[in-house]
Amino acid sequence: MLLSRVADSLYWIARYLERAEHTARVIEVGLDLGLGRTMASTRGAADRLYASVDVPGAAGGGTERASLLSTALFDVANRNSVAACVTAARENGRQVREEISSDMWEQLNALFLAVRQLQSTIDRDARQRSLCRTVIEGIHLFQGITDATMGHGEGWQYLQAGRFIERAGSTAGLLDRFLIDGATQDDGRLESIYWVGLLRSCCALEAYCRHYTADVRPERVTEFLLLNADFPRSVRFAAARVESAVLALARASGRGAGGRTDRLVGRLHASLDYGQVDEILSDNPQAYLTGISRQCAQVHAALYQTYIAYPIESAIPA
Amino acid sequence: MLSSTPTDGGRRVPSAVCPSGELFSGYPLDQAYDEMFLHSGEPRPHCRALVEDLLAASLPQLRQHQTEADKAFLTQGITFTVYGDEAGTERIFPYDLLPRIITAVEWATIDRGLAQRLTAINLFLRDIYHEERILSEGIVPRELVYSCRHYRREMRGVNVHRGTYVSIAGTDLVRLQDGRFVVLEDNLRVPSGVSYMLANREVMKRVFPRLFSQYSVNPIADYGRSLLATLRTLAPPNRSDPTVVVLTPGVGNSAYFEHAFLAREMGVPLVEGRDLLTHDNIVYMRTTSGLRRVDVIYRRVDDDFLDPLAFRPDSRLGVPGLLNAYRAGNVSLGNAIGTGVADDKAIYAYVPDIIRFYLSEDPILPNVDTYLLSREADRQYVLAHLEELVVKAVGESGGYGMLIGPHSTSLEREAFRNKILAEPRNFIAQPTLTFSRAACFTGERIEPRHVDLRPYVLYGDRVTIVPGGLTRVALRKGSLVVNSSQGGGSKDTWVLQE
Repeated sequence: MLLSRVADSLYWIARYLERAEHTARVIEVGLDLGLGRTMASTRGAADRLYASVDVPGAAGGGTERASLLSTALFDVANRNSVAACVTAARENGRQVREEISSDMWEQLNALFLAVRQLQSTIDRDARQRSLCRTVIEGIHLFQGITDATMGHGEGWQYLQAGRFIERAGSTAGLLDRFLIDGATQDDGRLESIYWVGLLRSCCALEAYCRHYTADVRPERVTEFLLLNADFPRSVRFAAARVESAVLALARASGRGAGGRTDRLVGRLHASLDYGQVDEILSDNPQAYLTGISRQCAQVHAALYQTYIAYPIESAIPA
Repeated sequence: MLSSTPTDGGRRVPSAVCPSGELFSGYPLDQAYDEMFLHSGEPRPHCRALVEDLLAASLPQLRQHQTEADKAFLTQGITFTVYGDEAGTERIFPYDLLPRIITAVEWATIDRGLAQRLTAINLFLRDIYHEERILSEGIVPRELVYSCRHYRREMRGVNVHRGTYVSIAGTDLVRLQDGRFVVLEDNLRVPSGVSYMLANREVMKRVFPRLFSQYSVNPIADYGRSLLATLRTLAPPNRSDPTVVVLTPGVGNSAYFEHAFLAREMGVPLVEGRDLLTHDNIVYMRTTSGLRRVDVIYRRVDDDFLDPLAFRPDSRLGVPGLLNAYRAGNVSLGNAIGTGVADDKAIYAYVPDIIRFYLSEDPILPNVDTYLLSREADRQYVLAHLEELVVKAVGESGGYGMLIGPHSTSLEREAFRNKILAEPRNFIAQPTLTFSRAACFTGERIEPRHVDLRPYVLYGDRVTIVPGGLTRVALRKGSLVVNSSQGGGSKDTWVLQE
């Protein structure tokens, strides 16, 4: 038994943290790539990374870039900034303080306090870099604590659902940015730096290399990030997790399987399970990725309709 | 031992006696009761081990402990919200390092006294909302009850399950010069602070494990279970496994931390008004598995905001229809609606008579002498002695609406005189008390500060008082105001075993 409002907050804690982590990782890699400013494709890679987290044009360099990045990292008025996401996650955590473990809360609060302290650090470069690191590590710690100290019941499943719906959407969005005109890049060497940037920002470079060797090719990168069954940041992996969370929620609430949410998420998962990368790329990759994002949004809406924002009339006892 | 000449900052403290040791330099001992030292400057016997520990400690060590403690509160998010403060809306409640120690004998009196007081108060509340015996017999003036802002006509004739109006109380005690505890006020609506009592103890154990182990201190960690057991006794009959919830105004409330804390300690849902709804006089909460019936609400929302259909129509914190569900007996509230009559500061003056009337016993814990300004003779006296007295508005709490005569300006006194003459029923006056002081760490040395004590009383099948309480400290030197909203802090309170 879980209050609908609590389910809502748990779901959003996980979504906001996932979003913060994603943005932090992308910017961290972008800052790294930005160091080699002479190479056109390096800039192109950083450009696309930043564009995927809504900081278009930030790869150019100079003060303008730095201040754009500050907006993406620290500006609490920007709802998707890392600081705003961490603050929102913590605010949601505060509202479900009795549902999550003390250790989880203390970690969430410590992360929030650390971010707030970094906001006042003077040195901008150091501040940006250490924010990225602090947030990535802090969120990993939070996830570890969550898995180790919270019962893996209904509440935990809402955290899972939020985290993986967000992840499926952000990986798909990032891939979308890189596929826009990725195939028409110039010579091989530069192009691989570009795709390596993408892999790194999904924490996927090492896993990719073990799977395909260090030979980085666009279609393999796409296949890996989209269709790999075992890599935790791939879209398929995320869809599988969303599906198992959704099925668990149906069981926990006593509503039984086979509802609209189950069918939507099952369809998404199946299409990734049986998808072929060559077909996706030769057909219309943009449309395919947009379709993934749309299906994620549908799963979200169905979940809310069933468990959280259901009309009262449908629930009043006879 | 007997004398020391403080030289710090050129200040001389006019005190003949003073405990020994660098940290205690300039520690004044005068007519106020000191919780740690006898008048001779010797530690009280039960404080000896603590004082020895402090004498062995160095200033940097104590500062280190203070930093650790503050950090523990901050990372745990044990904070309160400061109203009207935009920038840093959350603050930790200042915590003083040194424990305040109460002996088993002292506690036994407090325990019996509070149990007696709350028993009588519950009988009084049942009476004034039913037969009104105490009013008919002229023990308590009828107009005083009816004119009370917290009297709820809606509660007339309503049968509250088991007659338990007040299940959770927090009574403020102070210790006078002669060492006796007296009751300063009763908090019978939604008393707060119990989470600080529990958190202070946890931090104390973390920061001073060795000191703690030298004493046999009564544990207090059982509070959550006792509270749950008390709330379950309120459940409407025939509800064998009652669903208990804590109702909070929401995350913006200054005591939100405490609401969440208590819900977690009890393992029950923390709900907001928007999570609840009523249908056919039954209260439900909205869960992921559909609507679920609620039997007992530990509400941390004031009467005024509980039900917009019955009380303030502009309230969005409450549940429309809750009063009717309550009157129908389908849901119970802790505390009941309308208990604020009994903690009105003018009714307070009658509590000793209330105890005698219902229990035929003398009060174990005395009241502070109180002048009711609605009485002609009292009013004359008070207006003539404003600079000696403390005047309080009857319906206020939190240290607001108060005039402390000896610390007031003639302008403030004039303002109060006018307020009193305009609405005498709204004010009481009491002598300015010299209440006890406890040793506190100021960051530089150890100095005494005025303290009170708020034990938490639970009234279910039986009266349960967790041995301890919240000792609130007036952190500003010389100040008598202990409220957190006015520069107060708190310290851990140890009740020793026999």
